Amino acid sequence: MNIEYNFAFFDEGSKREIRRATLKAVAIPGYQVPFASREMPIARGWGTGGLQLTLSLIGRDDVVKVIDQGSDESVNAVNIKKLIQKTTGVATTDETREATLIQSRHRIPETPLQENQILVLQVPLPEPLRAFEPSELKTRRLHAEKEYSGAWLMLFEEIVKFGRMTTGADHPVQVESAYVMAPSPIPRFDNLKLADNKALLLFGAGREKKVYAVPPHTRVQSLAFEDHPFEPERFESVSCRLCGATGVFMDEILDDQSGQTVHQCNDTNHCLARLNSRGQA
Amino acid sequence: MNTKEQPILRLSHLHKQYGSGCQACRDPQDRQLDRNFCPRCGTVYACDDLNFDVYPGEILGVVGESGSGKSTMMRCIYFDEEVSSGSLHLFHEKVAPVNLFAASAQQRRHVRNHLMGKVYQNPVYGLRMNFTSIGNIAEKLIAAGSRHVGEMENRAVELLEHVRIPVFRMKEAPAHFSGGMQQRVQIAKALSNNPPVLLLDEVTTGLDLSVQANVLDLIKEIQRELAISMVVVSHDLGVIRMLADRTIVLLNGKIIEQGLTDQILEDPQHAYTQQLVQSLL
Repeated sequence: MNIEYNFAFFDEGSKREIRRATLKAVAIPGYQVPFASREMPIARGWGTGGLQLTLSLIGRDDVVKVIDQGSDESVNAVNIKKLIQKTTGVATTDETREATLIQSRHRIPETPLQENQILVLQVPLPEPLRAFEPSELKTRRLHAEKEYSGAWLMLFEEIVKFGRMTTGADHPVQVESAYVMAPSPIPRFDNLKLADNKALLLFGAGREKKVYAVPPHTRVQSLAFEDHPFEPERFESVSCRLCGATGVFMDEILDDQSGQTVHQCNDTNHCLARLNSRGQA
Repeated sequence: MNTKEQPILRLSHLHKQYGSGCQACRDPQDRQLDRNFCPRCGTVYACDDLNFDVYPGEILGVVGESGSGKSTMMRCIYFDEEVSSGSLHLFHEKVAPVNLFAASAQQRRHVRNHLMGKVYQNPVYGLRMNFTSIGNIAEKLIAAGSRHVGEMENRAVELLEHVRIPVFRMKEAPAHFSGGMQQRVQIAKALSNNPPVLLLDEVTTGLDLSVQANVLDLIKEIQRELAISMVVVSHDLGVIRMLADRTIVLLNGKIIEQGLTDQILEDPQHAYTQQLVQSLL
């Protein structure tokens, strides 16, 4: 059976509605704009928010890259890439520099983004205050009144219990000293890249039906205390076992046989590009 | 008391009704009510034209039987509930002398976080039962603008010592505490931002006598040391006799008698107050 889909899967009305929500999100950085999350050929919670943003924005001249936890070749990334490719026919790439539209699950690429690029992040839980306040009605009120004691209190509790902030990923940020936002479960390492980024950063939560954005060159500050500053993960004494890179986000790999721990770039494209350039030299 | 002295809190013409009222009960002059309840339309007049001033360092007692509007009044003053009409003024350098009932939600939250503390009858409303006791106190400090973990922790420990919570239990959640301990944590929390106004709603109800005496001692001590103005609601005249300088008597949402506590207890004028005092002796 061969079904003729509209360009980019959705009908034009749907795409327009999502773009309208996106425009509002860009206009109010960090504010979660509700939108009518569509049914998709993949299950909610598997990147439908990001995918809807990507499909609503994509044009024939775009070049798409999809990353899953730093990898271009994991099942999730490949499937989403295929869906986009089959319903639009646009070119795909692994090369961060070449892409105009990058959909990512939980990483911001190591290669700095440029003005002409849009990064779409998939978000499982867009509400930074959810663990503190289960009611959506109340959290929206808290946002409206800029009452963010809860976000700080959760970090305070971690410090009281464990002596430091223990957020692994999804460390909350405050955008332009206004809205507190969940940066999606990117590692703390990537929080720094949210601030003053040249590219437009979009966040889509399909299951929770929210879109939000960090426009280019926006001030984004990770929540912290005066005596407990925000600290990203550090990989100081280690380098990538393949390309020898330092100062990037590393995967820790345990060798079963030897029992040794080795490190490897998490961003596969970054690693590959370094290896290729070495080969040419 | 010098009548020219500036009060710190002035409540004027507080009305709070549940229901829209009908022709039989709308006119305050000749309402046909069964206590505070209109049998025709079911409207409850919980607070009916309440007026009082609280002066700096004074403890104002509020007595009345259950259902007389004591707690509703307290909830209105702490902005837990919208009023039907009336005005509340706080005379303090940190707040503009405007009617706070008409102020924005943000402004009210600011006043609540910086100038007020409240101890609820039921600790469930005043505490986050699953956060640590230190965290509970920090919540109020964070809301009042503190961002220094060390300072907040020290302040919390100091306050919890003051209310005699053992050091080794301070990092425990109030959910694990006895009722008396929870109430003491609540008092510590309410005091944490040094509020000029403290609202105590039936703080000793349900506590056994020795704990009651402990809590009352503590309140008295705090008032002496910190010169905080308090509004103390209780249906227990013993508590009022011990704490309050002045007392108002509520019945069916109206103030039926007010004056110096001794005067009211020794020489009650209104039939209801006489009955109340009688039943104590």
